[in-house]
Amino acid sequence: MSYSAPIQDIGEKHLVVPGTTFRRITEGVSRVTENPAPRGWWILFLTALTFLGVLGGAIGYLFFRGVGVWGNNSPVGWAWDITNFVWWVGIGHAGTLISAVLFLFRQKWRTSINRFAEAMTIFAVICALLFPGIHVGRVWHAYYMFPLPNSMEIWPNFKSPLLWDVFAVGTYFTVSTLFWYVGLIPDLATLRDRSINRVRRLAYGFLSLGWRGSNRHWQNYERAYMILAALSTPLVLSVHSVVSFDFATSVEPGWHTTIFPPYFVAGAVFSGFAMVMTLLLVARQVFKLNDLVTITHIELMNKIILATGSIVGYAYAMEMFIAWYSGNQYERYAFLNRAFGPYAWAYWTMISCNVICPQLFWSKKLRTNIPLSFVVSIFVNIGMWFERFVIIVTSLHRDFIPSSWGYFHPTPVDIATYLGSLGLFFTLFLLFIRWVPMIAMAELKSVLPEADAHHGQAHHDDHAEAPAHAQEAK
Amino acid sequence: MATATEIPFTRAGVEGGVPALMLAEYATPGEVLHAAEKVRDAGFTRWDVHTPFPVHGMDKAMGLQDSRLGWIVAAAALTGFAAAVSLITYANVIAYPFVVGGKPPLSIPAYAPVVFELTVLFSAFGAVFGMLGMNKLPRHHHPVFESDRFRAATDDRFFLSVECADPKYDEQRTRALLAETHAAHIEIVEDNEP
Repeated sequence: MSYSAPIQDIGEKHLVVPGTTFRRITEGVSRVTENPAPRGWWILFLTALTFLGVLGGAIGYLFFRGVGVWGNNSPVGWAWDITNFVWWVGIGHAGTLISAVLFLFRQKWRTSINRFAEAMTIFAVICALLFPGIHVGRVWHAYYMFPLPNSMEIWPNFKSPLLWDVFAVGTYFTVSTLFWYVGLIPDLATLRDRSINRVRRLAYGFLSLGWRGSNRHWQNYERAYMILAALSTPLVLSVHSVVSFDFATSVEPGWHTTIFPPYFVAGAVFSGFAMVMTLLLVARQVFKLNDLVTITHIELMNKIILATGSIVGYAYAMEMFIAWYSGNQYERYAFLNRAFGPYAWAYWTMISCNVICPQLFWSKKLRTNIPLSFVVSIFVNIGMWFERFVIIVTSLHRDFIPSSWGYFHPTPVDIATYLGSLGLFFTLFLLFIRWVPMIAMAELKSVLPEADAHHGQAHHDDHAEAPAHAQEAK
Repeated sequence: MATATEIPFTRAGVEGGVPALMLAEYATPGEVLHAAEKVRDAGFTRWDVHTPFPVHGMDKAMGLQDSRLGWIVAAAALTGFAAAVSLITYANVIAYPFVVGGKPPLSIPAYAPVVFELTVLFSAFGAVFGMLGMNKLPRHHHPVFESDRFRAATDDRFFLSVECADPKYDEQRTRALLAETHAAHIEIVEDNEP
């Protein structure tokens, strides 16, 4: 399979620090799960766990009292809950982009960060799935979303984008998890073979399914991995497109635009890369993985942040242009109100964080600056949250009749639920870092120059197919 | 060229077991690739190569056919497509026809998202479970796991295993063949009788 072509053959140079050996990769990555956790990990974990507790309290209170504990009220029926949903789904998208799209484009530098990004995808989608689930009000009826036979003889409406969302996000979560797990099998086998106690050997042994590195297995495995990448690529584009249909198919000025699907996908990739950057810079520092995740990786990711940030900026400008060009007074008003109305502060926060701030990365010096990359990644995360808030709330808060205009105020429960979802995300992420190899070892080994069967020799091609007389023993 | 007796040789595995396979160990992917070509040309059928990562060119060196996984995925994709079309048609056309937003009950464009998603979902299941099925995994017991040296196969060593059940297998001659391939170590792994 051409994907496994040695890096020399596809014109790549060293992807990790020269001199890195197979053993160094095994050691460097496995020891994070084997050594006692550093103090920093415990501090972060206990903090995250506290916020997870806040989430539990906020949701419990919500279930007890009802959706009225949130600030959502007519005319703003969708507010922080759906903002958070779209934000979290979007963050997930970078993981799939790194693991699937960059795989298909033979961007081998992704091997240092793909495991990490895929884990982020799964945890972000878990946080995302939470919000529509708790927003339905009577959560004990959440199963109405699924096409299940029931005694009322009614079925879900398959023409509704909200139902498409159930299928799109559900499929996305399942396929991302499968993709991640398939990638993990060889690395779990490495942990199994290194384990010094019985519990680890049994746990990792069970999860690695008896993987023995057989080439007859690798052959089907690589094919499965490629097919999953090929499936995930249109899937990831479809998921945020379907999420944008929730808005775009409604007859609501500010939502009813055809640019939404590509604009949402670009924004998703943008915010996801920023989140990968935030997490990676911390993990790289705490676990000393500087020679596996190099400055080149960070620079390449910053280039993607710059590219997608500029696409998002273009989309903002195009929305404004189309609102004017449409000649529709409601459409024009919705956009003028967005930029200069009561939510102008949110709009210009969004523009500053998403459009202006990534432009710093045109300079090579700035995009290879680690503290600056960290700061920009945080700003982008904030900006993308505001983008969803701006789209949702500014389009709703001034209804067609001025008597039903309003202004949205979040309640403490809104804030606690949002912060709590960050707690859920980081709790899962920190557990992942501790118990699962956070860099894809088998894949990273295959991009070392030493992985080339002809490393150190002039390239030769005398490996004939099995000759016809091969059946005769020598 | 090293002869059979110069290369370290050990026996490992279950006490009182019978020989299950011969395991040759190599330090580099290049060595195991060339060894695989020799074993292929010698006409063995029940043998395998174990590497920490997929080695480019090994499929050809082992004389393997192309993976047939794609056919399983294609069948799964068609199943997913048919399941989604049937589900939507049954739910919204037959069991509960209901006009929403002026669209007729049988509205093909509105099928697209859910049909696409379920096709992808079934295909992904086909790819993962098809791969595990073709590889006969999970399989937690295998003679290679009786060798302590084999633990390095998921770290930085490369192994070639020939099953004693192979019709071409002969302890002395197979050992001599593997010795010619720059093996760093040769081991006979014993296991309980199958």
